[in-house]
Amino acid sequence: MKSKKKTATNSLQKATRRWGVLFMGPVLIAFFIGFIWPFIQGIWLSMCQFRLISDAKFIGFDNYVKTFQDASFRHAFWYTAMFAIVSLVIINVLAFIVAYILTLGIKGSNLYRTVFFMPNLIGGIVLGYIWSMIFDGILGRYQTSILLESKYGFWGLIILMCWQQIGYMMIIYVAGLQNVPGDILEAARIDGATSMQTLFRVTIPNVMSSFTICMFLSLTNGFKLFDQNLALTGGQPFIIQPGGTTIKTTEMLALNIYNTFYSSNTTSQGVAQAKAVVFFILVAGLGLLQLSYTRKREVQQ
Amino acid sequence: MKKKIVSTMLCAAMITTMLAGCGGSDNGGAAQTPAADDSATEAPATEAPAADNSADAGEAAAPAAGGGSVYWLNFKPESDEVLQGIAKDYTAKTGVEVKVVTVASGTYSQTLLSEMDKSAPPTLFIIGNQAGVKDWKDYALDLTDTAIANELNTDAYNLYDETGKLVSIGYCYECYGIIVNPDLIEKAGHTMDEIKNFDGLKAVAEDIHSRAGELGFDAFSSSDMDGSSSWRFTGHMANLEYYYEQEGTPWTECPPTITGKYMDNFKNLYDLCINNSLTDPKELATGGHDAENEFKTGQAAFFVNGSWEYEAVKGDVPNATMIPYYCGVAGEEKAGLNCGTENCWAINSKASAEDQQATMDFMVWCVTDPDASRKLVDTFGVMPYKSAAESTNGFLAAADKYTADGCYVMNWATNFQPNVDSYRATLVSALNQYNADQSDANWEIVRSAFVDGWANEYNAVNN
Repeated sequence: MKSKKKTATNSLQKATRRWGVLFMGPVLIAFFIGFIWPFIQGIWLSMCQFRLISDAKFIGFDNYVKTFQDASFRHAFWYTAMFAIVSLVIINVLAFIVAYILTLGIKGSNLYRTVFFMPNLIGGIVLGYIWSMIFDGILGRYQTSILLESKYGFWGLIILMCWQQIGYMMIIYVAGLQNVPGDILEAARIDGATSMQTLFRVTIPNVMSSFTICMFLSLTNGFKLFDQNLALTGGQPFIIQPGGTTIKTTEMLALNIYNTFYSSNTTSQGVAQAKAVVFFILVAGLGLLQLSYTRKREVQQ
Repeated sequence: MKKKIVSTMLCAAMITTMLAGCGGSDNGGAAQTPAADDSATEAPATEAPAADNSADAGEAAAPAAGGGSVYWLNFKPESDEVLQGIAKDYTAKTGVEVKVVTVASGTYSQTLLSEMDKSAPPTLFIIGNQAGVKDWKDYALDLTDTAIANELNTDAYNLYDETGKLVSIGYCYECYGIIVNPDLIEKAGHTMDEIKNFDGLKAVAEDIHSRAGELGFDAFSSSDMDGSSSWRFTGHMANLEYYYEQEGTPWTECPPTITGKYMDNFKNLYDLCINNSLTDPKELATGGHDAENEFKTGQAAFFVNGSWEYEAVKGDVPNATMIPYYCGVAGEEKAGLNCGTENCWAINSKASAEDQQATMDFMVWCVTDPDASRKLVDTFGVMPYKSAAESTNGFLAAADKYTADGCYVMNWATNFQPNVDSYRATLVSALNQYNADQSDANWEIVRSAFVDGWANEYNAVNN
């Protein structure tokens, strides 16, 4: 009897193992078609000269050489890096402050949270055009425009991104703050900690996991930014150097890749593809680095 | 309860995060995503009429013996409705399936790129300029001496590659210049006869602008520099410089450099436009003014645009006519309008022989069938084919009149602009700076974008 029962369990496990593959199947297939395959193909194409992807010719690493020689790509990289860091700091600080205030038990907190979250639901292109009108409505009074000064373009984009992202990050912080155990806070109060001490020594270490996710998100969002950049300034103003070469002063990496891809040089598609691969390695690398750094500071309860 | 809401929200946030993550990796891994997206967004909107067509085909007639079908990747969104109707008519008549897919304005090359890669690529597509010839000549059937080529009444709008292969042929042409409301000119106490050259135009425009308050209308409508309007200047008005720079021998391919010899003439007309207008030049950068509406509602007497605007303005301004870009060049009293086209049919050489034949038959029918050509001419303006219907477009009639009076036609040299989107974007940026402060230094930047930018983009494309 006993041995029979054992066999039944074993066969159940076996069956689970066997049929599990079937149930995983659709997801695996979708993941392969939608992610793995395009990714492999993308890497392959970055080493090709092509116009149609079915008609690609292998040319080795020329595209990567051109990518690193391209001054506009280097400019876009530094501009994007600066943007990502500035937006990361501002968005997270403000989002945390808002989340902190909204967990103090103010009346109507839920309404505020919903309202603050709402900008997230609007598409980036729409936001870009709307904000370009808002900024020009203001700058127009001073006889200038967001398209005329790169610093306006930079801070304009920061303001736009804050407006859009703070509500989203706030939600994650709110969840984190509400999960800080009440007994620890009570213990801190009994020990005579000031509210500042409580905030920095107790609350923040306990919501470090929220910081990790939020900072990861805002860093990668900053690097991958495309729609808002395209719609708000489209890279303008350009600096036209003697000799006619131009630097698009507010062009970020993703837009640079897009513009490269659709320029009419016969080799530009391959170069854009190489840029995209470099871009992927960069974003993935930075993201992982930052993730592992903040992970170390998380407190396990 | 509160905790529950938050955890629900957090869940939602997590899901969005995961989705956002997937999207991001796609961006990194494959830059072809935008192209794929394009076709994806195109498809649902445009597949429907095609499906209709096939349904009709089933009811009306059995498929033609040849078995070929037509897939026209249309370049003109404004004509979509008419073309869908034409496709239906043709299917009803012959049983040949005709699918017309219209591409959103400004995304033709992206969509063509992704559509050509599919298993059923377009059989009929547009190669509109020399850059297009360069990109797509290997995919275009040689049209020399074909049935459709023999129907043409002029070869002025044909495009050839460097080996002399007839890559694409014009199916309509357009003209641009300065649209004028003669009634307003007369209301201001002038006549159209005063405007025969730049001095005449300048005198009239400046007089109207100076008395705008008293007259209730201004000279020029707004010259916005946003994407929906800047091409009127960086693409069209720029043509006067290129045209005169050709010195009578039209370019046959993109020159590696230009001299900018007639930049001062471009500046003459451009300055006149922005400084005698409803809108302060400093407010042009992000646009938001509706120049067409300003002209239609009688707020402005001049409107820089082309023949495709006739349908839109004829209701409100029945006497609207078009004058050439007068810019102060010697002998410009003999100037005509800028005539040309970017609407040239090409047949996909990689399509099956049946599809190519079906496409050819369809094209010939379009330009010879009285009903079909009537409808097409009404939407396109004019079709340069022997048996096509007569044009009813007032601006194209004006273009004809100038030609009949012995004036020279200004060809579309602007079609040679190298790496055109990037070239024009640079020019827009320079013009924005100039509009904000019309100093000589800023004009130098415009000149540099115009002249040096040409060489720079040429090198970018050809090296």
